[in-house]
Amino acid sequence: MFWQPTSLQEAVRLLADEGGILVAGGTDVFPALVDRPSPAGLIDLTRCAELKGIAIGADAIRIGAGSRWSEIARASLPRGLAALQAAAREVGSVQIQNSGTIGGNLCNASPAADGVPPLLALDAAIELVGPHGLRRLRVGDFVLGNRRTARAADEILSAVLIPRRLEAGGSAFLKLGARRYMVISIVMVAVTLVPGPDGRIADARVAVGAASAAAQRLGGLEARLIGTDPVGSAPADLVSAADVAGLSPIDDVRASAAYRLDAARELVGRAILQAWEAARA
Amino acid sequence: MLDQPAAFALTLNGEPCRIAADPGARLSAVLRDQIGCEGTKIGCNAGDCGACTVLVDGEPVCACLTAFGQVAGRAVVTVEGIEAGTRSGAALKAAMLARGAAQCGICTPGMLVSAAAYLDRTPVPDEAGVRDALGGVLCRCTGYGKIVEAVLDAAAPKGAEAAAFDGGIVGRRVPRLDGVPKVDGTERYGADGWPAETLLLRAVRSPHHRARFTLGDLEGWRAAHPGVVAVLTTADVPGRNLYGVIPAFADQPVFATGEVRFRGEAVAAVVGDRAAVEALDLAGFPVAWEPLDALIGLDAALADGAALVQANRPGNVLVRGRVAKGDVAAGLAAADRTVSGQFATGFVEHAYIEPEAGFARRVGDRIEIAACTQAPYMDRDDVALVLGIAPEQVRIIPTAVGGGFGSKLDLSVQPFIAVAAWRLGRPVGMVYSRPESIMTTTKRHPGRLAMTVGATRDGRLTAIDFSGDFDTGAYASWGPTVANRVPVHASGPYFVPDYRAEARAILTHSVPAGAFRGFGVPQMAVAQEQLFDELALGLGLDPLEFRILNALTAETPTATGQVLGAGAGMRACLEALRPHWARARAAAETFNATASGSLRRGAGVAGMWYGCGNTSMSNPSTIRIGLKPDGRIALHQGAVDIGQGSNTVIAQIAAEALGVDLAALDLVSADTDLTPDCGKTSASRQTFVTGRAAELAGRALRAAILRLANAGPDAAIVCGPGRVIVAEGEARREIDLAGLAVDRHGYVLAAEETFDPPTSPLDANGQGDPYAVYGFGAHLAEIEIDTALGTVRVLHVTAAHDVGRAVNPLLIEGQVEGGVAQGIGLALMEEFIPGRGENLHDYLIPTVGDVPPVTTILIEDGAPAGPFGAKGVGEQALIPTAPAILNAIHHATGLRVTRVPATPDRIRAGLVGLGGQA
Repeated sequence: MFWQPTSLQEAVRLLADEGGILVAGGTDVFPALVDRPSPAGLIDLTRCAELKGIAIGADAIRIGAGSRWSEIARASLPRGLAALQAAAREVGSVQIQNSGTIGGNLCNASPAADGVPPLLALDAAIELVGPHGLRRLRVGDFVLGNRRTARAADEILSAVLIPRRLEAGGSAFLKLGARRYMVISIVMVAVTLVPGPDGRIADARVAVGAASAAAQRLGGLEARLIGTDPVGSAPADLVSAADVAGLSPIDDVRASAAYRLDAARELVGRAILQAWEAARA
Repeated sequence: MLDQPAAFALTLNGEPCRIAADPGARLSAVLRDQIGCEGTKIGCNAGDCGACTVLVDGEPVCACLTAFGQVAGRAVVTVEGIEAGTRSGAALKAAMLARGAAQCGICTPGMLVSAAAYLDRTPVPDEAGVRDALGGVLCRCTGYGKIVEAVLDAAAPKGAEAAAFDGGIVGRRVPRLDGVPKVDGTERYGADGWPAETLLLRAVRSPHHRARFTLGDLEGWRAAHPGVVAVLTTADVPGRNLYGVIPAFADQPVFATGEVRFRGEAVAAVVGDRAAVEALDLAGFPVAWEPLDALIGLDAALADGAALVQANRPGNVLVRGRVAKGDVAAGLAAADRTVSGQFATGFVEHAYIEPEAGFARRVGDRIEIAACTQAPYMDRDDVALVLGIAPEQVRIIPTAVGGGFGSKLDLSVQPFIAVAAWRLGRPVGMVYSRPESIMTTTKRHPGRLAMTVGATRDGRLTAIDFSGDFDTGAYASWGPTVANRVPVHASGPYFVPDYRAEARAILTHSVPAGAFRGFGVPQMAVAQEQLFDELALGLGLDPLEFRILNALTAETPTATGQVLGAGAGMRACLEALRPHWARARAAAETFNATASGSLRRGAGVAGMWYGCGNTSMSNPSTIRIGLKPDGRIALHQGAVDIGQGSNTVIAQIAAEALGVDLAALDLVSADTDLTPDCGKTSASRQTFVTGRAAELAGRALRAAILRLANAGPDAAIVCGPGRVIVAEGEARREIDLAGLAVDRHGYVLAAEETFDPPTSPLDANGQGDPYAVYGFGAHLAEIEIDTALGTVRVLHVTAAHDVGRAVNPLLIEGQVEGGVAQGIGLALMEEFIPGRGENLHDYLIPTVGDVPPVTTILIEDGAPAGPFGAKGVGEQALIPTAPAILNAIHHATGLRVTRVPATPDRIRAGLVGLGGQA
C-alpha cells in the first residue's frame, strides 16, 4: 500500500493504524533497498501541509520537517543560520538536495548526516507528533547514535525549531570528504559564535559529525572560547587534542579513526576562525 | 488519502497522462518499464550516479529515489522531452554533440536534464555554477571538461567551431557520427529495447569469499514462487561449464559446482516473469553455505602451505612473465647512484555507469545475444562452447556500451541468458545491479611492485631490476596478459641497457582481476616514474631533462631489444612539456615561498609508453566495404564503439582512403552476422589495427572503382544516387550502378581487407618485437595540497601524446581528458576492498569537481604501420597521470607516496611521519 496523507494528523493516524514506512525525499529509504522491491506499506509525507515551509517566529525559526535541503539553502535566513545553509548545499548533490528533507536527515540518524552538526551548533530542537500528542526534544537528545533516535515508532518528526538567540552570531560549516560533490563526510564541523560588546566571544557552539556514533558538541572547548578573540591564531592553536578526545571515530573505507580526530581538530579551528570572521562582519 | 488508485494523473514531457503503476515503485523503473521512457538510465539505484535524473516540476531529482506516487499531479520531464520541456534543451543537445561531450553516452541524459534545469533558472551561467549543477551526475568517460564547455556553449552560442581544415577527412574534428541517439535518449544500451515477453534472470550469488555449498529443493522453491519459470544450475549448462577470455586459461564456471572461490560467484539463476523475479527475496533461496578460510591478498596466497585456489596452479601462481637483457648486477654496479622502492596499488573498479545487461533469444538452432560487450567474436566463441554448439550458431549483436574500459571484454550476463534462452526457448534478459557489477566483474589488478634503478652521474640510466606480483583473484581472466605486458613496459619509455623485469599473477579468493585500461602498466608506472624522479633529484638533475636524456628514440632498443625506427615520439612529448614545466615548477615554488597556511603546491611529470595491440600474438581486424547499387557505400565496421569513437574514426579513415566524403558512407556497426571480425576493443588497437584494415579496404575499393572507370590513381570519386562519377582533370566518367551485378552481400563492388600487426614471439628472456607500434606520452600535473588535512586538489594537467596521426583531434582530446580523470581516481581516491564498498558512495570516482582543466598537446610522429601513421591513445591517456600527481605531491611536500590511492588519511600520516608538517 502507498498512502499519501495530506495532513499531519492523518499521517499520524495512518502510522498508528497501518504501521507503514515513512518516506519523504526517499534518499535513504530507496538506497537501503539495494535491489529489493519497494516495501509493501509506504506513507508518503510529501503532501502533508504542516511539514512544509520555514517560518520566522518571535522566539524561534520553525523549519517544517519536510523542507528540502534546496529550500533551506535558498531561504532568506538570519546569518547565524549560515552554517545550516552551507550544510544544505553540501548534502549529496543538487538532486539529493531537491529531494532530501531536514526531517529525514535527522530521523535517518547517519553518523555522517550533514544536517546534525549545524543544528547542534544552533541549539535546535525538534518536534515529534504522535497519537498521544506533541513533544519537543533538543536535537542532541533526539539523535542518540548510529541510526538510533528518540523517535517512538508511532511518532512523526514534524518540525525543527531554531531558537533566535544565536541568530545574530556568525556560523561556519566545513565538510571534509575524499572528493568534491556527492561524498559521505569523513568529518564535518559546525561552529556558531556570538560576539559580545567587548569584541570577544560571548557565546559559542561547536559540533563535530562523523567522528562518533552521533554528532557531538565540544563543551569544554565552547567554554574555553568564551571571552577570547581568536583573530590571528592558527587553527591548530585554537583546539587542543584534549578538546576532541571525547569523540570516538571509527576506521572505515573513508578514513582511519586517528585521521578523523586529527582532521576534526584542524577543521574545528578553521571553522572557529571562519565563524568569527562572519560574526564580526 | 489515496489507496492504490487505478491510475495516477501527471504531466509527462508536456502531455497530460494517466498511468497505472505501483505508486511505491521507483519512478525510474516505472518510466522505463511501464511508460517506455528508456532514455532515463539506471546506474546505481541509490542516488549515487545521477544517470536517472529527471525534472519534477522543473527541479532535477533522481528518479530512482522518487516513488512513482510522489509525482502524481506533477510535471515530469525526461531526456526525451527536454527539447520541448525546457528552454535550453535543444541548444544543450546540439552543444553536447558538437563538443564531443557524449562519449559512451550513458550519463548524457542525466547531464542534459541537470544542465537544462540549471540554464533555465540561471540568467548568467558561469563555470562554477555549471559544475555545481552537474556535481550529481557521474561520468566515467569524458573527464567532464567537454560537458562543462558544452553547457557554457549552450548558454551563449558561439559560431560553429569552424576550425581550419585542409580538406582531408583524416585530421578533422568530426563530431561523432553515432552521436545523435546519445543526446536524444534513444540510444539502446544493454538494458534497453527488450522484447515485451522477455523473461528476467537473476543470479544467486555467494555471500562468502570462499565456501562449500549445497543446493536444496530447487523444484519445490520454484513451485512455491509463482511466475518463476526455471531455476538453473551447473546441470543445466548444455556445453562446457567454463569460460575465459584467453582460451588456454579458461577456468571460470558459469555456475560454481560444490565450492565458490569469490564473493559474488554464481551458483544458480532464477528465471521468470519480470515482475515476479524482481519481487523475489533471494535470501530465501534454498542453498546452504559452509564458509571456508579464504585467501585474501597476496600474502595469504603466497604463504607457505597456503591452500590452492585452483588445484592445477601450484603456489597459487597463475603465470609468470619475464623480460631480461644484459647484466643487471653489472649495470647497477656501474651506476653512480641507485634508488629502490616498494609500491602497492589496490583493486580498482571500472565503474562504468552502465551495469552489465542484455537479453538473449533462441532463433531455431541459433542463439542471438544483444548485450553490452567489447569483444563480440570472443563472446560468440565462448558462448558456443558453453552451449555446446558451433560458433556460427551464435550471433552477438553488441548494444551501445555504457562504458567498458576493459571489463566488458569478459563475459558477464551472456552465459546466463544464453543458457536460459537456449533451454526455455523464450527471450531472457538480465541486468546487473550495481552491487552485483562491482562485486563480480573484473577489476584492475592490485600490484605489489619492487624496483631498483641505477644511473650514472651524468644522468644516463644503466639498469633496472623490477619484480611485481599482481593479485589476479580467483580466475585467470586477463591475468596472463598483465603478467606479460608489465615486464615489457617496466623500463618506461626510456633506454635501459641492463634490464630484468619479472611479474607473477597470483590467484586469491577475490573477484577476478582482468583488463582495465593499461593491463598493469599504470600500476607499474606508479613505481617506475616515481623512482625516476628520486633518481634524478638524487643526482641533482631536473626530472624532466633526465627523462628527455633517457627517452627512447628511433634508434635505441627497448627492453625487449626492439628498435622502433620511425614513430617513436617520446622525446617530442617530453620536449613539448618544457615551457609548461618551467612555468609550473616556478609557480609552485613561488607560491610555497610565500605560503603561510597549510596549502602547498607542486608540479610533477611522468612519461609513458604502451604497445598497441596484443603482445606478440596475432590480433587481426577485417573490414568490408561495399558499393551498393544505390550509390551508397556500406562500411562494415566491427570494432565495438564503447564511447572511444571507432564508429567515427574508422569511417574517417575509410572515407579518406576511398577518397569520398564521410556522408557517402552508411555505417554497419558491430554484429557477428554482419561485420567481419575486428577483434576486441582493447589494447589501444582499434584505431591502429582496424583503422589500418579500413585504410586497406578503402584503397582496394577505390582501386576497383577506378579500374571500372578506367581512370588513373588521382581521379576523384563522387557517389550519387544510383551512379558513381569518376572525374580526372576535365574527363568525367559516370558509372550507372543499376545495370551491374551484385555479390552475395548485395554490393556492386566490394573489398575486404585484413590487417594483423607484424610482431614476433618473445624468447625465453622476453626478447623480440612484441608490438608493431607504441604510443608515447607524458603528463604534467599541478596540484595543491592541504598539508594539515592531507587533501589534494589537482589544478591542471598538461598532457602530451604522440598519436602518430591525429585522425580526429576532438575525440582524442576526449580520450585524454577521460584518461586523466581515471588517473586522478587511481592516484587519489579509488580502491575496492572485497566485501566492502559495493556501491558508488563507498567506492568513489572523480566527480565534475575533481577533474581540472586538461591541456592536450598532440604530437604526430607517424607510425609507418598505422593508418595514415595513426596509433592508439585509449590506454596511453591514463598511464602517466597518477605518477605525475604523486611526483607533484613530492614536489610540494617532500612526501613520497608508495601506496595508492593517496587518500587524505594516508597523505596526512605520511606528512606527520616526515615531521615537518605535523
